[in-house]
Amino acid sequence: MSDMTAEPVISARDVRVWYGTTRGAIQAVDGVSFDLRPGETLGLVGESGCGKSTLGRGLMGLLPEGAKRDGEVRYRGRDIFAMSAKEAYGLRGSDLGMIFQEPLTRLNPLMRISEHFEETITQHEPKLSKDEVRTRALEALRMMGIPPTRYRSYPHEFSGGMRQRLMIALALVLRPAFVVADEPTTALDVLVEAQIVQILNDLRRNFDTALLLITHNVGIVAEACDRVAVMYAGRIVEQGTVADVFSDPQHPYTRELLASTISLSTTGLRFIPGSPPDLVDPPAGCRFHPRCPDAMRICATTSPVPTTREAGGTVECWLRGPRDLTPAERAPLAHEELSDADEA
Amino acid sequence: MAGTGSGSLPRYIAQRVLLVIPMIWVILTLVFVVLRVAPGDPISAAVGGKLDADALAQRREALGLNRPMIAQYWDYLSSVAHLDFGTTFSDNQPVLRVIRDNGGATLSLTMAAFAIALLVGIPLGLVAGRYRDSIGDVVIRLFGILTYAAPIFFVGFLLQVYVAQPLGLPTGGASSPMTAFLVTPRTHILLIDVFLSGNSDAILDVLKHLLLPAVTLGLLICGVFIRLVRVNILQTMQADYVEAAEARGISRGKVTRHHALRNALVPVVTVIGLQFAMLLGGAVLTESTFNWPGLGQKLVDYINERDYGAVQGIVTIFAIAVVVVSVVVDVVNALIDPRVRY
Amino acid sequence: MRTVLSALAKPFSETSGLARWMLVIGIVMSAVFVFLAIFAPWVAPYGFAQASAHGTDFPKLGHPDGTHWFGTDRLFFDVYSRTIWGARTAIEVVLLSILVCIVVGVPLGLISGYYGGWLDRILVLVMDALFAFPSFLLAIVFSFLLTNIVGGSVIAVSLSLSAIYIPQYYRVVRNTTVSAKEATYVEAARAMGASDGVIMRRYLFGNVVQSVPVIGTLNAADAILTLAGLGFLGLGIQSTQAAEWGHDLNRALADAGSGVWWTGLYPGLAIVLLVTALTLVGEGLNETLNPTLRRRRLLPVLLPARVETEEVR
Repeated sequence: MSDMTAEPVISARDVRVWYGTTRGAIQAVDGVSFDLRPGETLGLVGESGCGKSTLGRGLMGLLPEGAKRDGEVRYRGRDIFAMSAKEAYGLRGSDLGMIFQEPLTRLNPLMRISEHFEETITQHEPKLSKDEVRTRALEALRMMGIPPTRYRSYPHEFSGGMRQRLMIALALVLRPAFVVADEPTTALDVLVEAQIVQILNDLRRNFDTALLLITHNVGIVAEACDRVAVMYAGRIVEQGTVADVFSDPQHPYTRELLASTISLSTTGLRFIPGSPPDLVDPPAGCRFHPRCPDAMRICATTSPVPTTREAGGTVECWLRGPRDLTPAERAPLAHEELSDADEA
Repeated sequence: MAGTGSGSLPRYIAQRVLLVIPMIWVILTLVFVVLRVAPGDPISAAVGGKLDADALAQRREALGLNRPMIAQYWDYLSSVAHLDFGTTFSDNQPVLRVIRDNGGATLSLTMAAFAIALLVGIPLGLVAGRYRDSIGDVVIRLFGILTYAAPIFFVGFLLQVYVAQPLGLPTGGASSPMTAFLVTPRTHILLIDVFLSGNSDAILDVLKHLLLPAVTLGLLICGVFIRLVRVNILQTMQADYVEAAEARGISRGKVTRHHALRNALVPVVTVIGLQFAMLLGGAVLTESTFNWPGLGQKLVDYINERDYGAVQGIVTIFAIAVVVVSVVVDVVNALIDPRVRY
Repeated sequence: MRTVLSALAKPFSETSGLARWMLVIGIVMSAVFVFLAIFAPWVAPYGFAQASAHGTDFPKLGHPDGTHWFGTDRLFFDVYSRTIWGARTAIEVVLLSILVCIVVGVPLGLISGYYGGWLDRILVLVMDALFAFPSFLLAIVFSFLLTNIVGGSVIAVSLSLSAIYIPQYYRVVRNTTVSAKEATYVEAARAMGASDGVIMRRYLFGNVVQSVPVIGTLNAADAILTLAGLGFLGLGIQSTQAAEWGHDLNRALADAGSGVWWTGLYPGLAIVLLVTALTLVGEGLNETLNPTLRRRRLLPVLLPARVETEEVR
């Protein structure tokens, strides 16, 4: 597994990504920090709309018009948010890779698979000969289990699972040190999903790739990740090793999220009441307080502070410190307030 | 070639060609119904004043216009199937000869106009779409709208008054009489014949005559291409595969050319088929404006002479040309876009 | 009332920059032409076929001057007046032809889409054939036939324009009907025993008719050009019956060689302006209504400076 003492490949500090809309700015990612070491996989989980995809795209610089980002993201010591646009663009593909959710629409329908590879490789390594390019591409395909006979085919001639493997081969052909995988299995059926998860697992072992695996599926995190970051309404509310967070969740949201997962032992469906907040105008204090079963008075007024978890990692919840609360602060949030906030 | 995709191309073409036959039948029927079932006697409309009653009756007999409508319909269909498009009533010529003598001029005019429209329209549309809302976009779009909004004959009028006169360019006909006399007709397409003759003065003369009509007609279609390419570029620039290419660090220029533009041009090929119909309509006006000796000009002449036979023959030819072009476009489309063959 | 207003204002309120300006300019320009069309008798100094005033004949091909702002043409007519009267002809013809298109195309599309069967199949075939045919040639053929029957009048030209646009209305209405008749509320109405006529009138018509204004706007610009083209070929309206820009340009072309520019320039500009105006409206609407082209007005994003919360670590 990953070497916990190695220097992080990616080190994000206080990253914010806000979108412009007709109603105001959506605070999709609002102050997120994490580190990723070589060969390490960090699972980013949360409900849809919590900002996890935006974070992945923000790191890659793939943002729509009108979006802004700030904070600091160090890639091998250099801040990619502070680089010139051209320099950051040059890192894509060769150093930073991205795997998308929908493999069906991510390949140019008019270009052969070979052309996709040739274009990508020669873009970053213009000196390679045609034969070398071909060898590299076929090697990447072979590792994804796609036979070389399909090299000159068109994207529509492949099945969904094969296309996702193609996309992974294409993202990895230049051996980027950091890869964002945005819901890579969501559009695929269960058997193919297992196959892709296996491939992602092999990846970090074979190439020391640092992987940010974005998913809403807690099961995939358990299978494929070393550490997990739970995201809610634009913030990482808890992060730590998978085993630790899943066995002993500190944040009420993590607890509820894990409890609502369906497994063989599930007897009744559980869900978190309410819906994620409007990120144009997020609730004051802790963003989860309108839905939190353990909400206290302080949660509605003051943002919680990241605290180190006992077993490592961080959690953002007043229940876990960092300081002792006064009895007034600790009083349970009245139900009216709760439903009012939910309404808003 | 990659195995599965290309094998079905011949089958696709065969299918497409077979589908055309009912389409042509419907169009022919339509032409017949509209022109023949209309009230009035076509012969007396065309040559009424010129011939006496006996001669008129003879002509009617000869053309089979006395026979029942259904028999005439059958005659019409079977003669078209034998590539016989009938006879003109006013000057009693086979329509096929009219087409041979004038079709070449229309063909060279429309092809030259098409070339101009593509060469100007596609790059301008690309720039406008790629740099959306820039000054360039605004200017190009206005240009596109104006070329569409300006009728052929108005552009022709402006070019004649403000360009042809100062520069001494010809404003009528396909060549000067001297050239027409010198060049031996081999293909009946003057533009080709003149090059075959190798006479450089004659070539220059023909090209000079072609310039203004081709530009006028080309501008009309050019606006359509600008709009179309621009809108398609706007849409393909938002496509998932474009974002994926950007995520692989492909340079912006390559993303635009290989991903956005290539995909944006696929629908353009389809629309070229529709534009061909518009081009034929525009050719009628251009030929009229510049006194160009083409089929469109002939059609207007025959209409003014109330010559049903000629109108029917020429319209039939135009209709078949449009359908044939649409098939060719579909086949080209299948060559470009591998998905179509399925 | 308020919802109607906000629906009407939607293209303005939800767009930004260029698209909005195009729409505004297009609407204003179109409005000017509609004004000229309605008030032509009061705006134009002379009639469209008037060759003399106060006992004096107008000059032939007279230069533009104080009495004749745009000069006079070879028939002694005042070009300024004819240009204004031309707006009336153009708008009359366009409105009339769109009206005929709606009256014929919409019910045909409704019935064909609702009942299906052989009638539907034949109509689709015929309409597709008409649609594939070069529309201007079709207009030529129809006006050739109709002027034989009705004479070269506004009605004949309007009807030939209708003939080439009906297939478009038919297609859109038929396709909307086919998909709308499967909707649950139609099923419910049928289950409650509503007759076919009631379903078509009460349920489908309202659904289907929404797309008509869009096609109408798009066709109007094209119709103006076709009308002028027919006039130019001498197949449209005759000079003494109404002022028609295309026909005026035909006469102007004969004098272009001798340097007479004013007889052609003004009617030509009128066509260009009116078609441009209608196209701007169409394009503006398209950019706002088509979600893939729409660019919403985004509020600028300002990342506020970070506030230090209770700092404990």
